[in-house]
Amino acid sequence: MDLSINFAGIKSPNPFWLASAPPTNSGYQIMKAFDAGWGGAVWKTLGVPVVNVSSRYGSVNYRNTRMAGFNNIELITDRPLADNLREIEEVKKYFPNHAVIASLMVETKEQWHAIIKDVQNAGADGIELNFGCPHGMCERGMGSAVGQEPEVLQTIVGWVMEAAKIPVITKLSPNISHITDPGLAAVKGGTDAISLINTIKSIVGIDLDTYAPYPVVDGKGSNGGYCGPAVKPIALQMLRELACDKEINKVPISGIGGIETWRDVVEFILLGATSVQVCTAAMHYGFGIVREMEAGLIQFMKDKGYTTIYDFAGKALPNVTEWKHLNLKHKVVANINPDKCVGCELCYIACDDGAHQAIGLTEGSRVPHIIEENCVGCNLCSLVCPVEGCITMQKRDDGTQHLTWDERTKANNIPVTFNDELAGGRHHWVPAPVDALKNKRKDMRR
Amino acid sequence: MAEYKRPSSELEFEANFAQKKPLMNSTEAYYESSRCLFCYDAPCMNACPTHIDIPLFIKQIHTGNVEGAAKTIYDSNWMGNACAKVCPTGVLCEGACVYNNQHVKPIEIGRLQNYATLAAIKQNKKIAEPGVPNGKKVAIIGAGPAGLSAACELRTLGYMVDVFEAKAKPTGLTVYGVAPYKINNEEALQEEEYLQKQLGYNVFYNKPINTSEQLKEIESSYDAVFLGVGLGTTASLGIPGEDGSNVIGAVEFIEDLRMKHHTIKIPSRVVVIGGGNTAMDAASESARMGAEKVTLAYRRDKAGMGAYKFEYDLALSAGVTSLFNASPVEITAQGVKFIRTQEVNGKLENIAGSEFTLECDLVIKATGQAKMGSLLKQISGVQLDKSNRIVVNMETYQTGNPKYFAGGDAVNGGAEVVNGAYEGKMAAKGIDKWLKTGK
Ligand SMILES: Cc1cc2nc3c(=O)[nH]c(=O)nc-3n(C[C@H](O)[C@H](O)[C@H](O)COP(=O)(O)OP(=O)(O)OC[C@H]3O[C@@H](n4cnc5c(N)ncnc54)[C@H](O)[C@@H]3O)c2cc1C
Ligand SMILES: Cc1cc2nc3c(=O)[nH]c(=O)nc-3n(C[C@H](O)[C@H](O)[C@H](O)COP(=O)(O)O)c2cc1C
Ligand code: SF4
Ligand code: SF4
Ligand code: SF4
Repeated sequence: MDLSINFAGIKSPNPFWLASAPPTNSGYQIMKAFDAGWGGAVWKTLGVPVVNVSSRYGSVNYRNTRMAGFNNIELITDRPLADNLREIEEVKKYFPNHAVIASLMVETKEQWHAIIKDVQNAGADGIELNFGCPHGMCERGMGSAVGQEPEVLQTIVGWVMEAAKIPVITKLSPNISHITDPGLAAVKGGTDAISLINTIKSIVGIDLDTYAPYPVVDGKGSNGGYCGPAVKPIALQMLRELACDKEINKVPISGIGGIETWRDVVEFILLGATSVQVCTAAMHYGFGIVREMEAGLIQFMKDKGYTTIYDFAGKALPNVTEWKHLNLKHKVVANINPDKCVGCELCYIACDDGAHQAIGLTEGSRVPHIIEENCVGCNLCSLVCPVEGCITMQKRDDGTQHLTWDERTKANNIPVTFNDELAGGRHHWVPAPVDALKNKRKDMRR
Repeated sequence: MAEYKRPSSELEFEANFAQKKPLMNSTEAYYESSRCLFCYDAPCMNACPTHIDIPLFIKQIHTGNVEGAAKTIYDSNWMGNACAKVCPTGVLCEGACVYNNQHVKPIEIGRLQNYATLAAIKQNKKIAEPGVPNGKKVAIIGAGPAGLSAACELRTLGYMVDVFEAKAKPTGLTVYGVAPYKINNEEALQEEEYLQKQLGYNVFYNKPINTSEQLKEIESSYDAVFLGVGLGTTASLGIPGEDGSNVIGAVEFIEDLRMKHHTIKIPSRVVVIGGGNTAMDAASESARMGAEKVTLAYRRDKAGMGAYKFEYDLALSAGVTSLFNASPVEITAQGVKFIRTQEVNGKLENIAGSEFTLECDLVIKATGQAKMGSLLKQISGVQLDKSNRIVVNMETYQTGNPKYFAGGDAVNGGAEVVNGAYEGKMAAKGIDKWLKTGK
């Protein structure tokens, strides 16, 4: 088995990279990370001088899970460029086969050319352009201010390519409606690769005493950048959009956003990423988490018979399609296994209040029953059920029929008027409005 | 009335000896694993004698990589499943879990470990493979935790391994000694079968090595020898009447119980003499076998007992009563004659004239195990300490005779399965180092 990658010419012993962020702030941290098993690191963004505030992070805790979402108002590195360059050189001396990528953010063409020369001389294996930071730096016309203007982005990538002798990765901001716009601009500008996502503009909460958003800085706050497990679904979707675009997918993509476990890694690779970057998980648990990622990835590859990550990179992409190509003849209904049911009745209330009134309570038993005629196969009950494998969605069509909205449109067979006979929910039974006032639960009767 | 009804069938026996650490289902394992904080330099891991990477295997369970979790466990401990069930986790990993500092229930590490390893065993997952054969042969005496761990480790290092075992079954006291509510025979044996199949060492059963001729033969046919012989039969009390037909050693009693289950007959009144974990086990076991009155008699006070508190509590919860500061002086057909004791300036003294007799039908002596001195003294160069424990180099587990290595109870004087597992593995590394470097 071979986990090594060649990402746009940047070689790395494995696809696990640390994203440009506090874990890559110094040579000390990066050497420690390489020693722990990480294959590459994108150095904390180097560039124009900045000053940071104290009180920099906020988080979203969900139930007993801390940092399900994480937010920061930190800027790029505040350490002197000379120190960083010296440390890059030292890290490369100790780890010549690991990937050290310099993340950069400056303003003028001259600055870009100068700093590129500096990091190349220091021995960096690649460059990442930070067009993502959605706080502070954008107020100064950099970061997401660039990421949100495809033309400006293309121009700057062009400047970079004039000077760069090592591979260039353009890191995109997710704070935009169509991720393919900056993606295409980066490719047109000549970038060698793309990485995404940077953080999402966010407010994670308000302090109920000071009325200021977290993190509170002397009674005030600012919007921050959101990351961590909560952003993974957004990152996956943006990755998939880029990976499906024939112009953009000529360059490799490094996936970032909420990666913490081997499963996350595999999902990003299945959607076309050929390197992954991690920030929040390393900030939460330290560099040791790479052990779980690596062991899990190897196990997955062994189980599936893959020898390199390229064997399955992008393998999920053909199965991500537009809604109009989904088979309308596919039919599933919920099924409750009474032997597994613990009688919480969450499925009942979810379906009755939140879906299609297709679950009934059973006299003398806490095990609810499915009313198949009403079940539209929405999956909700199977998602709320706390018992694994208790509610399963069972296939009811025989698999012989296939009809999509697209095919129906082409066949002139779609509903067009408001009360069209061809519309979907038309013959679906719903209770009469007044039925809502009968059968109240005992403790809700007043 | 006794707490437990006398078991008259295998089913009733199993009910009386219900598992203290039952197998988790996947939902419970998912929830429990989600609680683990993935501590840095985890205290649980440091408290495990084999240093299993506990946060890692728990995270692997949580992410659905159960096979990987098993691999992580076996990487450190070849008795991973047995340890999951029989380790005194409350004083090891779980006792060290940081949740204790918050007064929150610690992570159930033992049961999670059982969940992962048992899944691998049941599905016969390949978690280890023999190393490239290096042409060298090692003999192992004793198929207990120490011997088997050494065997597994040596196989991964490419050695040919033959294990000589006196008894008919492997795993030593795991199957012959540990209380049945911790692990049942099937579980104890299946792990061994699973690992032997993957690693391919040979075990010769009913093959005690006792004579100097046998030892000579082994010495001439193998490049190194590992001694994993454990301890011997129950030590003697040195009082009149202890050879009577109403007296049995705890180790022998438990072995009988483990092999014959409900078919052994326990009379109604039992006295167990001793204050260690084995005494607690024997008392609990007698009570669970339906004895009406089980008395734990110990010559010192409660605080002086060597047993873990949870083992004592377990005995009490099975209906056992205790008798402290009572030292046995004679065993008769009626029962045990004791004399009262007291502690004076840290020394235990008998109280003159305080003798009394506790009537009973069976006396179980839980007074420690004798050491294997007679066998060991036949091996030239192997040194024993004052209590007949084998003296080894604590890094390589090499004995005074360079060809012999040793580990487990025979070296530590009687500890836990997990210590045997660790020492056997370390000794295997010691053997490898010695055969490769001569040091
Ligand atoms: C009653 C009792 C309860 C226990 N409960 C627990 C518990 O709950 N949890 C726990 O972790 N530990 C427990 N232990 C301790 C644990 O069982 C031992 O520490 C562990 O088994 C030691 O492993 P070992 O390989 O050194 O020795 P053993 O397990 O004693 O194995 C030695 C093996 O060598 C064989 N042997 C001996 N001499 C020869 C010879 N001359 N030739 C060939 N073979 C020979 C024996 O037959 C045996 O199979 C208990 C011990 C006892 C006595
Ligand atoms: C505190 C903090 C500082 C960051 N600084 C930078 C930075 O300097 N340059 C950059 O390109 N991205 C920066 N990021 C964004 C991360 O590199 C990454 O894109 C983002 O956190 C999403 O990944 P995650 O979900 O694994 O954290 C920062 C993120 C955090 C939390
Ligand atoms: S994590 Fe470290 S730097 Fe940050 S507030 Fe705590 S002690 Fe200070
Ligand atoms: S949600 Fe699941 S466990 Fe709860 S009542 Fe419904 S089927 Fe039973
Ligand atoms: S000490 Fe407890 S919480 Fe921390 S890693 Fe170990 S089991 Fe998990």
